[in-house]
Amino acid sequence: MSPKTLYDKIWDAHIAHEAEDGTTLLYIDRHLVHEVTSPQAFEGLRMAGRTVRAPEKTIAVPDHNVPTTEDRVNGIDNEESRIQVEALDQNAKDFGIHYYPVSDVRQGIVHIVGPEQGWTLPGMTVVCGDSHTATHGAFGALAHGIGTSEVEHVLATQTLIQKKSKNMKVEITGKLKPGVTAKDITLAVIGETGTAGGTGYVIEYCGEAIRDLSMEGRMTVCNMAIEGGARAGLIAPDETTYEYVKGRPHAPKGAQWDAALAWWKTLYTDEDAHFDKVVTLKGEDIAPVVTWGTSPEDVLPITATVPNPSDFSGGKVEAAQRAIEYMGLEAGQKLTDIKIDTVFIGSCTNGRIEDLRAAAEVLKGKKIADGMRAMVVPGSGLVRAQAEEEGIAQIFIDAGFEWRMAGCSMCLAMNPDQLAPGERCAATSNRNFEGRQGRGGRTHLLSPQMAAAAAVTGHLTDIRDLT
Amino acid sequence: MEKFEKITGVAAPMPLINIDTDMIIPKLFLKTIKRSGLGVNLFDEMRYDDDRNEIPDFVLNKPAYRDAEIIIAGDNFGCGSSREHAPWAIKDFGIRCVISTSFADIFFNNCFKNGILPIVLPEAERDFLMKDAENGSNARMTIDLEAQEITASDGTVISFEVDAFKKHCLLEGLDDIGQTMAKVDSIASFEKQAEVSRPWV
Ligand code: SF4
Repeated sequence: MSPKTLYDKIWDAHIAHEAEDGTTLLYIDRHLVHEVTSPQAFEGLRMAGRTVRAPEKTIAVPDHNVPTTEDRVNGIDNEESRIQVEALDQNAKDFGIHYYPVSDVRQGIVHIVGPEQGWTLPGMTVVCGDSHTATHGAFGALAHGIGTSEVEHVLATQTLIQKKSKNMKVEITGKLKPGVTAKDITLAVIGETGTAGGTGYVIEYCGEAIRDLSMEGRMTVCNMAIEGGARAGLIAPDETTYEYVKGRPHAPKGAQWDAALAWWKTLYTDEDAHFDKVVTLKGEDIAPVVTWGTSPEDVLPITATVPNPSDFSGGKVEAAQRAIEYMGLEAGQKLTDIKIDTVFIGSCTNGRIEDLRAAAEVLKGKKIADGMRAMVVPGSGLVRAQAEEEGIAQIFIDAGFEWRMAGCSMCLAMNPDQLAPGERCAATSNRNFEGRQGRGGRTHLLSPQMAAAAAVTGHLTDIRDLT
Repeated sequence: MEKFEKITGVAAPMPLINIDTDMIIPKLFLKTIKRSGLGVNLFDEMRYDDDRNEIPDFVLNKPAYRDAEIIIAGDNFGCGSSREHAPWAIKDFGIRCVISTSFADIFFNNCFKNGILPIVLPEAERDFLMKDAENGSNARMTIDLEAQEITASDGTVISFEVDAFKKHCLLEGLDDIGQTMAKVDSIASFEKQAEVSRPWV
């Protein structure tokens, strides 16, 4: 047998039908659903008189629209948001799928809830009408975002019509330096490859620096595979993975656990397997980074200065010019001189317990800068509860942060948490597009540690100078 | 789904690279539970000022391009979120074809599900069409899917690649789900076998 990559192995295990031209019906093991990209899909099912083929493999949770203030128990003020969440309540009920309503402590961002509840397991195919489905690749699951038509397709048939992507390897060798995190790895990779560098590929992340990461860190890395244009990101499962999965509510138990484990242990890239593209970064070369522009590829080490558009070539010259204007910056300005109005810690990139711990470590005994608006939004109700139990919540509150309920919050500002025009935010989320966090809002992406540091000093800060 | 065979129309030039789905349709408009009516909000933040007046400089607001059916775009068009609202808005506006050097994966797939043809061309050919599009409403292009050919306003013919299955579905206006349902036996037998080999799923 010819050597296979991890992606090849998972793909092969899920082919329900393959046509001569390679068009494949790929079987889907887990379908995650949220309120924004699903109403039209359920409506389509109803109109065609179809049912959900595998409701037991379908999990829904509202996250994008939900307010993150405690008064949300009284209902959602915004009428359109309320209608969307109510539509999901109703669809979950009508079609008999697993559901975590807003009132459930397990509610949270779909990509945090899935792994937390043990729905996401190694070797699975996982899809969701959301581009950051790539997150689940951290478990060695083939996971990617789909559009609403495909949501409907999966609901009706439990399969997707797919053509296989190419294999790309991203290797991070060696050890990370102090102050450097999973977020810096994933941003540095996008800085290297560009936002279209992964288009047409499934990325497997490997190397010592990836192996050394916790599951939380691995999810952060895979989460942003989509920002590099890749269909999905993958990390081969290992002891760290099994340890995380074991005992979760929907993880296999007893004899099934043993059988699952035996299969999971075959899920690695064979020696000499072929990759169509390879990118290698040295772990020790990665610095704490931030974005300066309006594309996730606009990444620089925190020690750098805002670039000059003329440093670029082709279409990037105009794009950089536009980005610098939109961001209200000047070429040559030191990144550490950029003043910050708001700090947002949360999202499916960095809203897990480890992220909150890391930020709290920086904030311990400190206060946020005068006039700073700072909020921390746990990725799920369970993350929130755990942070309260560990005393982390109190550290945030004492430092002057708002301690919020779980949801997507200011990551995309479909809910009341938004930036005002011109407001500048240090955010642990994943997109710095124009208007992403509110019309005219300005976003700098960074790690939770660096976000906490900026909250304390009032400007972008090199975490290594603070401690 | 509406068939796509051949269109002749005005092409709007949008040379900016990395046009993302937040630009195509801002999140504000994702709260709908319908697929229709998003055309007026296509490129909303670039198209209207804070008082909802049209920004005259924006390409689709210019008289020459108000009825554009084709967009010639900068690299990596459609990156960002998976929102199908982006192709819904594009279609609702009346655009049937987008031409660029590269597209984000999910957006690319979403187009085909909605009767929109995304075409990938080498940079030089895209640049040629961009120039052609800059000539305004006199520059009508023809996109012939069957022949896989673009005819520019000066008669230059450029051929393009398209996946055979996707082409077939667009030409016939076929619904994916219906086609997959016809293979339900394959799905059922896969499920049976998976129940034995991976019972924990
Ligand atoms: S946290 Fe942000 S990126 Fe993640 S699912 Fe929510 S909106 Fe999308």
